[in-house]
Amino acid sequence: MIIMNKRVLTFFKIAGLILLGLLIGDALIYAGIIDEYTAQILTLAGINVIIALSLNLISGFTGQLALGHAGFMAIGAYATAYLVMHIHVPQHLWPVLVGISIIIGGIITAFFGMVIGFPTLRLKGDYLAIVTLAFAEIIRVLMINMEGITGGAAGLKGIPLYTEDINLGPVVSFTWIAVFMILIIFLIRNLIKSSPGRAIVAIREDEIAADSMGVNVFYYKMFSFTLSAFIAGIGGGLYSLFFGYLNPTMFNFMKSADFLVIVVLGGMGSIAGTVATGFILTYLQEFLRVLQDYRLVIYPLILIFIMLFKPTGLAGILEDIKTFISKKISAKAIRKTGEG
Amino acid sequence: MSILQVQNISISFGGLKAVTSFNLSLTQGELVGLIGPNGAGKTTVFNMLTGVYRPTDGDVYFESNSGETKNLIGLRPYQITKIGMSRTFQNIRLFKDLTVLDNVRVAFHFNVKYNSWDGIFRTLRYYREEDEITVKALELLKIFHIDHKSNELAKNLPYGEQRKLEIVRALATNPKLLLLDEPAAGMNPQETKDLMGLIEFVRSKFHLTILLIEHDMHLVMGICERVVVLDYGLTIAEGTPAEISSNPKVIKAYLGEEVEVHA
Amino acid sequence: MGFVQEFLQQLVNGFSLGFIYALIALGYTMVYGIAKLINFAHGDILMVGAYGGFFVLIALLVTPGSFILSFVIAMLICALLGMFIERTCYKPLRSAPRINALITAIGVSFFLENVARVIKPIGPNPKEFPVFPQKFNLLELDFLGVHINQTQIIIFLVSVFLMFTLNYIVNNTKMGKAMRAVSFDRGAAYLMGINVNRVISFTFAIGSALAAAAGILFASAYPQVEPLMGFMPGIKAFVAAVLGGIGSIPGAMVGGLILGIAETLSKGFISSKLADAIVFGILIIILVVKPSGIFGQNVSEKV
Repeated sequence: MIIMNKRVLTFFKIAGLILLGLLIGDALIYAGIIDEYTAQILTLAGINVIIALSLNLISGFTGQLALGHAGFMAIGAYATAYLVMHIHVPQHLWPVLVGISIIIGGIITAFFGMVIGFPTLRLKGDYLAIVTLAFAEIIRVLMINMEGITGGAAGLKGIPLYTEDINLGPVVSFTWIAVFMILIIFLIRNLIKSSPGRAIVAIREDEIAADSMGVNVFYYKMFSFTLSAFIAGIGGGLYSLFFGYLNPTMFNFMKSADFLVIVVLGGMGSIAGTVATGFILTYLQEFLRVLQDYRLVIYPLILIFIMLFKPTGLAGILEDIKTFISKKISAKAIRKTGEG
Repeated sequence: MSILQVQNISISFGGLKAVTSFNLSLTQGELVGLIGPNGAGKTTVFNMLTGVYRPTDGDVYFESNSGETKNLIGLRPYQITKIGMSRTFQNIRLFKDLTVLDNVRVAFHFNVKYNSWDGIFRTLRYYREEDEITVKALELLKIFHIDHKSNELAKNLPYGEQRKLEIVRALATNPKLLLLDEPAAGMNPQETKDLMGLIEFVRSKFHLTILLIEHDMHLVMGICERVVVLDYGLTIAEGTPAEISSNPKVIKAYLGEEVEVHA
Repeated sequence: MGFVQEFLQQLVNGFSLGFIYALIALGYTMVYGIAKLINFAHGDILMVGAYGGFFVLIALLVTPGSFILSFVIAMLICALLGMFIERTCYKPLRSAPRINALITAIGVSFFLENVARVIKPIGPNPKEFPVFPQKFNLLELDFLGVHINQTQIIIFLVSVFLMFTLNYIVNNTKMGKAMRAVSFDRGAAYLMGINVNRVISFTFAIGSALAAAAGILFASAYPQVEPLMGFMPGIKAFVAAVLGGIGSIPGAMVGGLILGIAETLSKGFISSKLADAIVFGILIIILVVKPSGIFGQNVSEKV
């Protein structure tokens, strides 16, 4: 019971801290200390982090490379947009509709994930990568052609935003996305630190050994991939109400590659790495002209160099620094005791 | 009472017969050695028993944890593990980037009585079960004297301890039948001797039946009650260690390999 | 034009597209068979080859001689490029987890595409690929109302020639024997004294040269070049390689032809917009029904 109390206490401590952080963020944006433009970038970064986390789940933690997360994002975005544009509710129920639509968008995306995961994840080898790549391309072509739902190549205009109030806009968008991001961070973290999560990581480490230790490999690959699609779909839904406009070209292969860069640079299988890199890269992308112009040349080089020289990414580099420092400290301590 | 009945299993790779009509019967509690020159098909037999390879012919009957006898042909490895057969690998297959403790906890996975929902929302059941398997895992690690390294990454263990961790991990699945693939490979004579004691200890402690592949004849002749000899995919001899070491067929199969055989 | 004629016409078009896919698929399948890697950059090597040919033909004007020369130069450039990529990007990752090599391959693909977009002589916009002037338009065939144009005839001839050459190399030369050995069991091949690194390099060279040839053929059929031109044919050729059985050379040839025909027929008779989705559907169906493909063998991982 004492242990339980301690756990409950920690929970409230963490929850309190997060809530405080969120409120401070909201206050800073509302007071204009964080200007509207920066607030928008932070919000966009939150969406990028959500989708990158979903990619990290299947690629970083489960070890299965997926290259079509822009496709999942698109499905979630269009599905959510369709729902909020076609269902009419009284003003006070609007946030409820938004929340439900985003979740349903995620569920629809998860369904697509299951459909393409089922034939590919049974197989050994790298079929998932190419199938998801092709899938995202096909989705994009279909979206251009399904003008009734998607507005075709001209794009889908007039998606309602989180709020019509212009003054509150930045705060409300930021809050919606921050809340979802925090929930998703905890969802993935808690999952990975539980028994099903260990089964998932075991698959990445050695599929045959995991199978021989009683892990139903196909089931957990499907689970992870479907959940990944679900989260990416949620990211897409959040994006559509943030932007108010969707166009199939927003979801091309370059977009999928952006998420891959965030995951790889942050460190595959590192949640903190993905979150940090997601914010840093989104920020740099908006502010650095060099990065805007040559992003598409620099990003692939990042992928190649990380894989060749430091496959654990920034998370791995930080880990190295930590070990280095602690070794220095313990060496010093030993020298001191030697002297004394 | 036999817990494993292997009847005429065969397999071929690309037209080459790797194992031909292999038969084996294991009695509850037995410790049996499977020996033979390199490439004789020993590991292939393990792979067929555990579902990694599907034999082209034959049947494998196994008395599962629940007491009923099942034909294992066509079952996936995880299904076979669940009903009570576990193994180690000749070329160590640990989860290298997981901690020693987590390597063992993965093996508890299918016995854990909570689902991903409990895990995500951290229910009481999650904490209770996690605490329980952590204690159990540490107990198993302690038997093999590696509990003090539970938080190290598996890849950072020395070779001998990696082999031990493989055994611990296999034990954590709560098997009736344990298959050990060259457990002493790469160990020095002292380590091998310790390992022999540990194998006998866990056998009696967990009421195991053990089938092991080994090249170290001290180990095989020292602890196995029965030995089966495989050569070119065929069983060429079967008997007590004493019978095997004087069997002319066996000596012929090993000829040129310079093996000392001590009874 | 009657239905039968139109069908035959589409079939001819399908064959010519299928030959191009087959050439690309050969590279995929050989590299996969030997290095066990999906070389995502393969389609982009096709693009580099097409631009190689493009610049030769722009400089020398299109004559039968310069046309042949464009093949030689483009194939040479791409063979070197393929070997270079393998040496610098894939070789260091041979013992790393598979996903690392895949990510690197995606990086290489993405890099080639975008470098092409930013460097001056290429640029992001499509360019018209030079074709034979009227006086060299000598090969044309009309047969039962089916028209086979010169480009198609060239595609048939070049592809068949390259496939025969490849078959000869793989089956009748020492290097070919070494390739087959490495593909069967790299470790054993190494122990038998085969220089595995050289064999893998050679495979990348051959595969990339075939992609270069396919690139020129593809560019002359459309006729245009652009930096992203390799993306779709790359994916489709991969589907072809899987359909034929990845790792199998005859599989890649047959798979390429089937895929080319399936695509042209769906474009002609079902919907041009959905043709790509249909090709993708084919991939899903093969993976469900027979993942080892038409000529593939079920290879189990060594445990």
